[in-house]
Amino acid sequence: MPILQVEHIRKSFGQTKVLDDISFSMEPGDTLSIIGSSGSGKTTLLRCLNFLEKPDAGIIRVRDEVLLDASQQPKKVNNRETRLKRLHFGLVFQSFNLFPQYTALQNVTLAEELLAHDTPEWKADKAKEQSRIREHGMELLNEVGLSNRMNNYPHQLSGGQCQRVAIARALALRPDILCFDEPTSALDPELTGEVLRSIRKLAERNTTMIIVTHEMNFARDVSSSVIFMDQGCICEQGDPREVFDHPQQERTRQFLARYHGEN
Amino acid sequence: MSFAQQFPVVFNALNVGFLQTLKLFCVTLLGALPLGLLLACGEISRSRILRSVIKVLVWIIRGSPLMIQLLIIYYGPGLLASSISAEAAAASPFLKMLQGFKWSGGEDGRFAAAAVAFIINYACYFCEIFRGGIQGIPAGQEEAGLVLGMTGRQIFFRVKLLQMVKAILPPISNEIITLVKDTSLARIISLQEVIWAGQAFLKGSQGISGAIWPLFFTGVYYLAANGLLTVGFAKLEKKLGYFR
Repeated sequence: MPILQVEHIRKSFGQTKVLDDISFSMEPGDTLSIIGSSGSGKTTLLRCLNFLEKPDAGIIRVRDEVLLDASQQPKKVNNRETRLKRLHFGLVFQSFNLFPQYTALQNVTLAEELLAHDTPEWKADKAKEQSRIREHGMELLNEVGLSNRMNNYPHQLSGGQCQRVAIARALALRPDILCFDEPTSALDPELTGEVLRSIRKLAERNTTMIIVTHEMNFARDVSSSVIFMDQGCICEQGDPREVFDHPQQERTRQFLARYHGEN
Repeated sequence: MSFAQQFPVVFNALNVGFLQTLKLFCVTLLGALPLGLLLACGEISRSRILRSVIKVLVWIIRGSPLMIQLLIIYYGPGLLASSISAEAAAASPFLKMLQGFKWSGGEDGRFAAAAVAFIINYACYFCEIFRGGIQGIPAGQEEAGLVLGMTGRQIFFRVKLLQMVKAILPPISNEIITLVKDTSLARIISLQEVIWAGQAFLKGSQGISGAIWPLFFTGVYYLAANGLLTVGFAKLEKKLGYFR
């Protein structure tokens, strides 16, 4: 059973068509990379999946549950229902968006703690829940190699460390699908490696992920499938080796040639 | 009377006056900070009408001297009442209400009018500072909260508020220091604040007349108050310095 089914998503900003009939699906444990030039709609697609933008048309299903059907969307945006639907997805931003007034650990645990507030367990034994959430946060930071940075504030961390905190934060709520929006684009070249290593580790553990990236070698290496987007459409998709080594579409060839030219 | 004899008399009178200054200062802050936040929320709301109304209000209040606003708010109701004819008042309950309103006599009435004028005036300045503070927080902060399933309320209180407070602290402290000195404008409607108290010894009061030094001496009170505020704000800024 597919974990994610995206059907006929369309989105326009004014007159500009940003997403034009996007459909794809993912199996649990898949790592899907989305490549394409700037302005091809990659980021907007991730934002639609995370309910940061509302598609004009289309259906999003997670484990056969319809999360969004644009044809019959109620008007209220930030009700409880939408909030809980968001939690099927996690999102790691290009610019990290860590909360500056919280330590690395607090960044990771804040959302889980706020969600726990309504649960019977919290009411029964607040201290126990707090320490459980704290343990979980420490575990996550440990996995991204930051156990010695837990009590640092974001401004005391390097860009790569910040992004790894953001990955741990996105994992904290155990999303079904973790999305990355150009996770290394805001980093100095020498810092991208540590972030990519963390993502690779997640892929090895069969975390279901969608990665929008310009790191072609990484995408080719780590993904189970690749989508090449161009002008709001899926131009080509398939096995990474096929798409990268034997692209069928002229536009894919041109795009990849530009990258090979640079590297 | 020698200076040594004058000093305790003047000091007492100025203290009484400065108490009134402080009262006006505190009441203004208590009223203008929340009202300013409310106006700022209105100014970034989706309602175009509300936004325009607030913009015009802010323009009028920031665009005209506080001294004139004080005069209008203090003397306006009385002038208005006398210009409404008895027939008009009988015909319209609203006009009747307008005619019925007046500031109570004496110092209480003057203080109430001054407080209203100051609160409205400072709320408009605070409103613009708050708006800048709210809009200055990157959209990514809200989005990060949203994708983590936080409610709008949680995002405001747990994510944005402290960042906003940190950002607006310098401009707010500027306004608050100005407010300490602006309270002296209430002298124009004879509020018995510290300048009024100092001036009394020029005309003659408690056996002292023609003395100008008490008026000069009032400056010490403002300096002392603003010195305390400056130290306080510096401490607060340092306290919020742990994040960027």
